[in-house]
Amino acid sequence: MASHYEAPIRKPLVIGNKGYHDVTVDIAAPVEGRANKHWWIVFSIALVAFLWGVGCIIYTVSTGIGTWGLNKTVNWAWDITNFVWWVGIGHAGTLISAVLLLFRQKWRMAINRSAEAMTIFSVVQAGLFPIIHMGRPWLAYWVLPIPNQFGSLWVNFNSPLLWDVFAISTYLSVSLVFWWTGLLPDFAMIRDRAVLPFQKKIYSLLSFGWTGRAKDWQRFEEVSLVLAGLATPLVLSVHTIVSFDFATSVIPGWHTTIFPPYFVAGAIFSGFAMVNTLLIIMRKVCHLENYITIQHIELMNIVIMLTGSIVGCAYITELFMAWYSGVEYEQYAFLNRATGPYWWAYWSMMTCNVFSPQFMWFKKLRTSIMFSFFISIVVNIGMWFERFVIIVTSLHRDYLPSSWTMFSPTFVDIGIFIGTIGFFFVLFLLYARTFPVIAQAEVKSILKASGEKYKTLRDAGKPLYTITKLKSELREPITDNVIMGEVKAPVDDKVGVSDLLNAVGTFDATTQQPDNLKKVKGIGPQMEATLNEIGIYTFAQVARMTESEYNLLDSITGSFPGRAQRDDWAGQAVILLNNKR
Amino acid sequence: MASKVIHAFYDDDDILMLAVKKVKAAKHHIDEVYCPFPVHGLDKAMGLAPTRLAITAFLYGCVGLSVAVLMMNYIMIEDWPQDIGGKPSFSYLENMPAFVPIMFELTVFFAAHLMVITFYLRSRLWPFKEAENPDVRTTDDHFLMEIEIHDNEQELRDLLIETGAVEINISEKNSH
Repeated sequence: MASHYEAPIRKPLVIGNKGYHDVTVDIAAPVEGRANKHWWIVFSIALVAFLWGVGCIIYTVSTGIGTWGLNKTVNWAWDITNFVWWVGIGHAGTLISAVLLLFRQKWRMAINRSAEAMTIFSVVQAGLFPIIHMGRPWLAYWVLPIPNQFGSLWVNFNSPLLWDVFAISTYLSVSLVFWWTGLLPDFAMIRDRAVLPFQKKIYSLLSFGWTGRAKDWQRFEEVSLVLAGLATPLVLSVHTIVSFDFATSVIPGWHTTIFPPYFVAGAIFSGFAMVNTLLIIMRKVCHLENYITIQHIELMNIVIMLTGSIVGCAYITELFMAWYSGVEYEQYAFLNRATGPYWWAYWSMMTCNVFSPQFMWFKKLRTSIMFSFFISIVVNIGMWFERFVIIVTSLHRDYLPSSWTMFSPTFVDIGIFIGTIGFFFVLFLLYARTFPVIAQAEVKSILKASGEKYKTLRDAGKPLYTITKLKSELREPITDNVIMGEVKAPVDDKVGVSDLLNAVGTFDATTQQPDNLKKVKGIGPQMEATLNEIGIYTFAQVARMTESEYNLLDSITGSFPGRAQRDDWAGQAVILLNNKR
Repeated sequence: MASKVIHAFYDDDDILMLAVKKVKAAKHHIDEVYCPFPVHGLDKAMGLAPTRLAITAFLYGCVGLSVAVLMMNYIMIEDWPQDIGGKPSFSYLENMPAFVPIMFELTVFFAAHLMVITFYLRSRLWPFKEAENPDVRTTDDHFLMEIEIHDNEQELRDLLIETGAVEINISEKNSH
């Protein structure tokens, strides 16, 4: 079909010999498998950090904001720095899923699910800070436009802090429905593969009974497109409004019109860095290297390089404008940033944000996984310092030199920040084990255009599909028909064994070599021995197994019911068989 | 009402598209096609009407904008006008620039959420809803075409085999 055409010069986005079913199996695998030791170790560390943060929050709320390092001059510091940092990170998800959808960038499909998850989890962290900072968080509902009990005194709609309440709650809730709507077909896929009744129940609930009718898909695509159209200005508005928190004030260093575009570029910059940090690890742990390829990492590095350069331009413009404005307070604010007592924060910011992304001009570096990971961490640190520099260095030397002071965080400031990092990773790690981490329905829809298997077929001038006429109404086995060995009498007279061997073919020791069945994930030495006892020795035999054979096998062995199906032994055996040939 | 339907399975979207076109050319009504992923052009080939969800989103957006304007006009101008930072609240139009961010946010909020709710209700998606796809493979790698049988079982069977179906089943269906 013409719609599957893609220029041959474009590199495949899904590598390996992947068909539709392979995508299903690969993406369901992390959800259906068990967590390994590394996951538990990282999860425990994150959980401890989270609990430490909870402790610090309880201490803050019960004792007061005085437990923080704030003073009468620096009355905004780590809380707002962390808030802006987390909101900024929360920008990449919607940017990837919405803006790249409008631009029809197919590479978004491998990363949008996780990037959106990251968005939601980081906006949750961001939202914590203003609420804790209120001092009396049980009165947080006072930010809503409700007449309060002291008379009909309303919230102030002229205040950027109130705009922030509306912007961030709209952003969080719209991102959440965008994410969840995209998840429905993928939850349905896991639901329909689930073997255990509990899992089936949970994923039925999560998938909202998604059925996949043609009309549903038509609406689904329309909804995705309109949500992308709404989310694109929304994501730009959110950080614009966050920057208004500063830009509408009269503090030197804050009162500039460049803040909205500069903050938005910085947010995209830090968000993509965090996506890179997370996905470089996740693709390895979840074995998704065929879907999140080097090309994806390279493209994200290019976005980091571009937005990093925009941020660099903004820094220099700020300096120029301070000089050009002729306002001496403005000039001093910037001189103080670069050469004052916080020079180390300013130059860390400059090095991490402006200098380090420039390495990405070199193809060798931006396609190196280790280097990309390193730079992504550097950028995350740099963007934290950016917010620290903007906030603390502008405040600590105000208009009255007698009140000039320094800021030093207490253990509570640090503890809450570490706690939010812990909370973020707790959420992300749970997500990575229970959610389909790649939008598999979308990946399947581009597989014929951008999958390596189909690109190779198209380049070779071969058809992408062949119509096979159904002979009888029996289902044809999914696996290739290999010439079967001579039929032997079953080795065991248990019920079902001969049926099973009839279906999968028997093994003839004189002409065939037994395979190492342990290579199939899910078959251990014990199971291999059992299979051999039944008369199954080769990958070809395993590859011919379908649902009815799995059931037969389960009834014969009586161990691990459903295991073979869940691990897709037949699918694995096909791959092993192909590798052997 | 129970009726007999024929289910034809396909394992490729291109074959499915050709099959849909052939079945339509043979003047049969396709009741439903279940797909694991969106197949572009399928709705047109099946003769489905275009969806009007985008129009509803526009209307919901208008509602959101109106709510924002009415709310802020009542709160800031009519009920308790204040002089904040030397900018007294005389009329909505004069103070409007400060209200733009929230007018925009509420427009998006209403349009996005109400459109998604409309989509969920129209497509019958909600928690605890039972899935209605006739075969679990339709969320994996198979496409299923459902055609109602009106004493033409053999004819349909031959036609569907001709189009490259990998499996054909006959089943009873209770329409909800």
